[in-house]
Amino acid sequence: MNPLLRLDDLRVTYGRVVAVKSVTLEVNEGQAVCLVGPNGAGKSSTLLAVMGAVRSRGDVLLRGTSTRGLRPEALAHLGVAMVPEGRHLFQTMSVQDNLSLGTLARRQGKRARIDERWVTELFPIIGQFASRRAGLLSGGQQQQVAIARALLSDPDLILLDEPSLGLSPVAVDAVFEVLERIRGVGVAILLVEQRAQRAIRFCERSYVLSDGEIRLEVTGGAVEDPQAVVEAYFGR
Amino acid sequence: MSWVSDLVNAISLGVVYGLVAVSVGLVFGVLRQVNLAQGEVIALGAYSLWMTRGLPVAASIAICCVVCVAMSLAIQVAIFRPLRGASALTTLIVTFGLSYALEAVWLIAFGPNGEPVSMLSSLNSVVLGGSIALRWITLVEIGASGLFFTGLVLILYRSKIGMMMRATAEDFQTARLVGVRIDRVVTWAFVFGGLSAALVAVLVTVQSPLVTPSFGFNLIVIGLVGVVLGGIDRLGRATAGGFVVGFVNSLLGAVVPEQQLVFLPMLTFLFVIVILVLRPAGLFTPRGSIVERV
Repeated sequence: MNPLLRLDDLRVTYGRVVAVKSVTLEVNEGQAVCLVGPNGAGKSSTLLAVMGAVRSRGDVLLRGTSTRGLRPEALAHLGVAMVPEGRHLFQTMSVQDNLSLGTLARRQGKRARIDERWVTELFPIIGQFASRRAGLLSGGQQQQVAIARALLSDPDLILLDEPSLGLSPVAVDAVFEVLERIRGVGVAILLVEQRAQRAIRFCERSYVLSDGEIRLEVTGGAVEDPQAVVEAYFGR
Repeated sequence: MSWVSDLVNAISLGVVYGLVAVSVGLVFGVLRQVNLAQGEVIALGAYSLWMTRGLPVAASIAICCVVCVAMSLAIQVAIFRPLRGASALTTLIVTFGLSYALEAVWLIAFGPNGEPVSMLSSLNSVVLGGSIALRWITLVEIGASGLFFTGLVLILYRSKIGMMMRATAEDFQTARLVGVRIDRVVTWAFVFGGLSAALVAVLVTVQSPLVTPSFGFNLIVIGLVGVVLGGIDRLGRATAGGFVVGFVNSLLGAVVPEQQLVFLPMLTFLFVIVILVLRPAGLFTPRGSIVERV
């Protein structure tokens, strides 16, 4: 059986700068996988390449089919959602409008796993602040709306780029609780995080990325050799 | 009471330039690229009114709308689609060149002296006699533009395509990530831009019936100045900027003695220069909303 997502020798360059040298990884249905590594390791570029938002070499296979040449909007309509780093809400638009935009990529005829009710229950603030301009929310609230917006497309796979960045410890806990609920309904997660230990503990499989290359693969959420992770993280 | 007619005339010219600003601002909003050839869309619309002068007025206006939308879409397919991702300056130069080329085409096809459009000439009759000299076309311009602006606002804020256009204008990349079909949004921006160009063509030809090869370029230059004056990054501000330039231009025209009217463009641009020196990001852009570069 094909994995939900497979990256095959993925490479991303920006002009002469090589952001991702070689990444090969798999995400299975309903599985949480993370990419951890320092700043500039190529984590965000990998996610953007999966979404078709940056040019890449190698291959991205979704359910065994290459997504080469597909634009981000096409990927969204194939069941891949992304929460970009920095939330990227439409700041001048209301929370409700942001969420409505999230429903654009819902697929007709598919049995819905996630609906508006489920999302509102998961994030009570979106009902409370529906008519408020998104730019007026706090960072933690914006993160919740950003995740809610991605979930409303009822995706099979959600890509999250640093969802805990800039949040308080309590808000970080809340984010991981939400990720647990998302995984619980069968949505696969590809998570990019700098909080390596927390992410590795959460995910079934983790990849440590450094200088655009995968240095270590950890399965089962247990770090048997912490020193190996530290060395891979810093590219030694 | 001549100040009343001067004021109403200034409002009517203001809303016309507001429409020109909308036709440029809609495309700029979603693509962050300026279409200087939009003036030629207006010009072709005006020429289409002359070419269909034998038909009933409604048919002539309908054909003008179709022609403007078709040309607007043709420019999108031929210029803007291949240049998507190119710098704004590249598109500016290409559409500037296209504008010049099309002006030459109008010159060859229709001659240098201009063609008179006699459609709806009864609208040039005076509404009220006496000291308040108002023409029907002045009121029609205000009413028709008001209806267009209202319709556009309703579409932008009450429809799905409007919501997608606002999202794209705010953050192009994120709009794509959430599944906004960008090509569809861009197409609609050009359609609405074409329709506003058609409305400008109809209103301006009724008021000033002679259509010359430079008809559209003259309009777009002033309209674009208005867009920059108001604040190019927001459609509402750009439209308001177009209105202000038209309004000031008309008021100055009423104040300046007739034999000095040759200086009218200079005075209008002087006003624009002073405003932009004082408020570089635009008259309606809040202070502190741009990053200063030194």
